Amino acid sequence: MAATKPRTLFDKVWDDHVVERLPDGTCVLYIDRHLVHEVTSPQAFEGLRLAGRKVRRPDATIAVADHNIPTSDRRLGIAEEESRIQVETLEHNVAEFGVPYFPVLDARQGIVHIIGPEQGISLPGMTIVCGDSHTSTHGAMGALAFGIGTSEVEHVLATQTLLQRPARNMLVRADGALPPGCTAKDLVLAIIGRIGTAGGTGHVIEYAGDAIRALDMAGRMTVCNMTIEGGARAGMIAPDATTFAYVRGKPYAPKGEALDRAIAYWSTLPTDPGAHYDKTVVLNAAGIAPMVTWGTNPEAVLPVTASVPNPADEPDETRRAQLQRMLDYMGLTAGQKLADLKIDVVFIGSCTNGRIEDLRAAAAVARGRKVAAGVRAMVVPGSGIVKQQAEEEGLDNVFMQAGFEWREPGCSMCLGMNPDKLTPGQRSASTSNRNFEGRQGPGGRTHLVSPAMAAAAAIAGRLTDVREMG
Amino acid sequence: MEKFTRLTGVAAPLPLANVDTDKIIPARFLKTIKRTGLGAHLFDTLRFDAEGRERGEFVLNNEPWRHAEILIAHENFGCGSSREHAPWALLDFGIRCVIAPDFADIFHNNCFKNGVLPVRLPRAVCDQLIQDAKLGGNARLTIDLQEQVVVRPNGERISFEIDPFRKHLLLNGLDDIGQTLQHVAQIDGYEARERAGKPWLPAISVG
Repeated sequence: MAATKPRTLFDKVWDDHVVERLPDGTCVLYIDRHLVHEVTSPQAFEGLRLAGRKVRRPDATIAVADHNIPTSDRRLGIAEEESRIQVETLEHNVAEFGVPYFPVLDARQGIVHIIGPEQGISLPGMTIVCGDSHTSTHGAMGALAFGIGTSEVEHVLATQTLLQRPARNMLVRADGALPPGCTAKDLVLAIIGRIGTAGGTGHVIEYAGDAIRALDMAGRMTVCNMTIEGGARAGMIAPDATTFAYVRGKPYAPKGEALDRAIAYWSTLPTDPGAHYDKTVVLNAAGIAPMVTWGTNPEAVLPVTASVPNPADEPDETRRAQLQRMLDYMGLTAGQKLADLKIDVVFIGSCTNGRIEDLRAAAAVARGRKVAAGVRAMVVPGSGIVKQQAEEEGLDNVFMQAGFEWREPGCSMCLGMNPDKLTPGQRSASTSNRNFEGRQGPGGRTHLVSPAMAAAAAIAGRLTDVREMG
Repeated sequence: MEKFTRLTGVAAPLPLANVDTDKIIPARFLKTIKRTGLGAHLFDTLRFDAEGRERGEFVLNNEPWRHAEILIAHENFGCGSSREHAPWALLDFGIRCVIAPDFADIFHNNCFKNGVLPVRLPRAVCDQLIQDAKLGGNARLTIDLQEQVVVRPNGERISFEIDPFRKHLLLNGLDDIGQTLQHVAQIDGYEARERAGKPWLPAISVG
């Protein structure tokens, strides 16, 4: 038998899910897990209803409301009418189509990308989709996970497949060890700063190297989460002992002998030696510093020790105009030190950084300190389970004693679809994933940072280098 | 889905790179449970000030571009979220074709599901078309999908590439789900093999 061609992690998961390859190369790709939320699904269920179609695999589907829901007392219901209708529509649809659902008052409710791994619903080697671009998060499990639009949500509900062409392979290797004070968030921001917002377009990124291997699962999820900000729909990390230890004991994960069989299969997934990548980027993780975005897309990022760039230094006219537009929107002047920027709001949470490990890192900085006068600081756990765990560890008290708000789980101020929004001109230090114009509220100015950096900013009242907090 | 065959119309120049989906349709307008009506909020923050008044300087607030059916932009158009509300908003406004040097993957994909044609052309060509578009109503562009050409007002024909499968679906206004369901026997077969080969794959039920 001829030796098989060496394959990447992506190639293997892809090949394993091809139902049929059509003559032009388009594949009918089987989807193992479909995560559904209230914002991108109503029109998909409506489409099924109009065509008289059913959900093919309710037992491979899980629904939860996360984008719209208030992070204050849930028992009071949702005051905002359109948000309430959207959540009620989801509840109606899951009942009609028999889709499993974690209700708003259930402890398992949370941000869809937090609860998938947390519940053992997202597992290595799977294909996972959701009508949300940050579905890339689940790639940290060693799964192929990517965001889809509502038409594709309907397509998956009806057929449990998607029509797809294989992406190209891209390797991002982070060598060395992250220095003290630097986290997975700083690493992924540094990667996006290097490759740019379209650097991964058309590719699936596999993250490798010592710095990636050393990350815990929460850190790996942070890295894969922000893959889409570098233009790639999916990021993946090969499953290893860290992954298997994480999966063990999760509610929906296989157990006992079934888990042993699963691990035996998952262990075959890492990329073969000599496999081909269409693009490779190598980064020295030891050389990075805590990162802060200064502009209105995630590639506009610099170490916290740097100053606001000068558009005049940019030779290309279009890019120069773009930089100036960013500075104008952000209310910045060239040469200003990033660490001098006063902030109004701190948001700790989101599918990027709403896990227990993120809250611990923020609490370690906040412990025994006080939020600066005039700063509103909020902590929004990623799920009810994260919230419970944090409360068992006393983190809620650490935050509240320091003057942070301790809130209910959801997407919250990451995108301001619920009442948690910036007002025009307000400047935030946020652990979320996008600093687009108006992302956190019309006219709001977002600086993306790690949880520790966000907590440090809350205490100092300005962006600050967490390494100087002692 | 409405077919896309040949379109002649006003093109609006939008010479910006990284036009993200929050710019195309901000999150606060995603609370609808319908596909229609989003055109009113297309490019909301670029089009309207804080009081909801039109910004006179924005291209789509001026004649003839209020009636634009084609949009020409710079690199990485549609980056960010997976929200299909972005192409829905474009379509609802009346835009059936976006021309740019490149597009973000998910947005690009979502366009095809809604009869909106994304055309990739080199930056220099986009800049040329932007100059044409600035001339307004007398400088209409034609997009012929069958021929895979953009025709400039001076008659010059510019070819573009497109995936043949997607072209076929768009030309005929075909529904993807109907296509896939022709392969239902293969899907059944795949599921049976998976159940046998990966018996550990858990089913989800919420108790």
